Amino acid sequence: MKDDRYSRQVLFSPIGKEGQEQLEAKHVLIIGAGALGTSNAEQLARAGVGKMTIVDRDYVEFSNLQRQQLFSEKDAENRMPKAVAAKERLSAINSGISIFSHVMDVQVEELEKLAPDADVIIDATDNFDTRLLINDISQKHDKPWVYGGCVGSYGLTYTIVPGKTPCLNCLLETVPIGGATCDTAGIISPAVQMVTAHQVAEVLKILVGDEQALHGKLISFDMWNHHYQAIKVNTVKNPECRSCGGNRDYPYLSPESQTKTAVLCGRDTVQIRPPERMERDFDTLRRRLHDGEIKQNPFLLSYTLNDHRMVFFKDGRVLVHGTKDIAEARRLYYKIVG
Amino acid sequence: MEIQVNGKIKQLPKEVETVADLLHYFGLDAKMVIVEQNKEIVSKDNFQGANLQSNDTIELVRFVGGG
Repeated sequence: MKDDRYSRQVLFSPIGKEGQEQLEAKHVLIIGAGALGTSNAEQLARAGVGKMTIVDRDYVEFSNLQRQQLFSEKDAENRMPKAVAAKERLSAINSGISIFSHVMDVQVEELEKLAPDADVIIDATDNFDTRLLINDISQKHDKPWVYGGCVGSYGLTYTIVPGKTPCLNCLLETVPIGGATCDTAGIISPAVQMVTAHQVAEVLKILVGDEQALHGKLISFDMWNHHYQAIKVNTVKNPECRSCGGNRDYPYLSPESQTKTAVLCGRDTVQIRPPERMERDFDTLRRRLHDGEIKQNPFLLSYTLNDHRMVFFKDGRVLVHGTKDIAEARRLYYKIVG
Repeated sequence: MEIQVNGKIKQLPKEVETVADLLHYFGLDAKMVIVEQNKEIVSKDNFQGANLQSNDTIELVRFVGGG
């Protein structure tokens, strides 16, 4: 019976019939459709959150399938953009909700458009540049967001409620550079699922208006070494914080802080973003590419020449594979694009 | 000195005297870590000044970027 699809969740008294109606009226914005993003999105789609927007800049590869639960081998073979593949699978899981997907790199301009309509933002990104941007947007538009991060068998999460909790900028004080990534330390799925279990539970509490139930702690765990921590960090709230303090100026929303190039987590890949917004015309591009192998789908064009592969997206971005060196990636990019 | 770090007893060499020393000893970047000493958060400004005592209970939370 279709009518009872949410019956077990409605029986759970903190949600109930009223909470279920709330969920159906709410909008969740998920930034990133990798391991955290797909897991969050599947749980929330099944829970019946009425509207979901999922944004991602990447496409599916075989190395994603071990943990990114919405994707299939076919998606990897076809190099489907993650946002597109995720939407297709989510719509098959629950046809009664609205799912919006965007193949884009999230920066200030994009977030300024997406955030105002959302009730909560889920961090499913793989880098602190974007997280600090989400953090500033969340403060500016008074939207709660749920941080999640994982690497190896370790993960952590924290729920940021503007006006109540410290923000990510209070906790970090600076953008961390380096550190372990999926690239260097790998990642196992249980660490992902433990993070998203916390994220989804927190999001459900926010959406049904049960903010008192939020855990209020910085939670971390190591699934291989059986260590679990939950630390109260309220005292870290900094009244001088530039993101959430009295004289805030949202430092990560300023044009200077925008990155045009980035090294992608878990990938030997550099992303180059053109300085201005553009729509790439694949026909024009194809005329410029003489040697090498070209593969194309409606969303992207993949070009391989010798050891290098570049993937051109409709929105102008290019992924340069086979290097972590930004200078080298730029050189290859300019050689082709001019 | 013997202290408990993330649930495990650790024997520390004599030169590890402060929270800053401890982070250095474990090869952790102070910017990416939240430190709790005996259930109290240690402010980042005070990592150098926070002396370790025998039987302290330390929790170190590392921020990680992966996702």
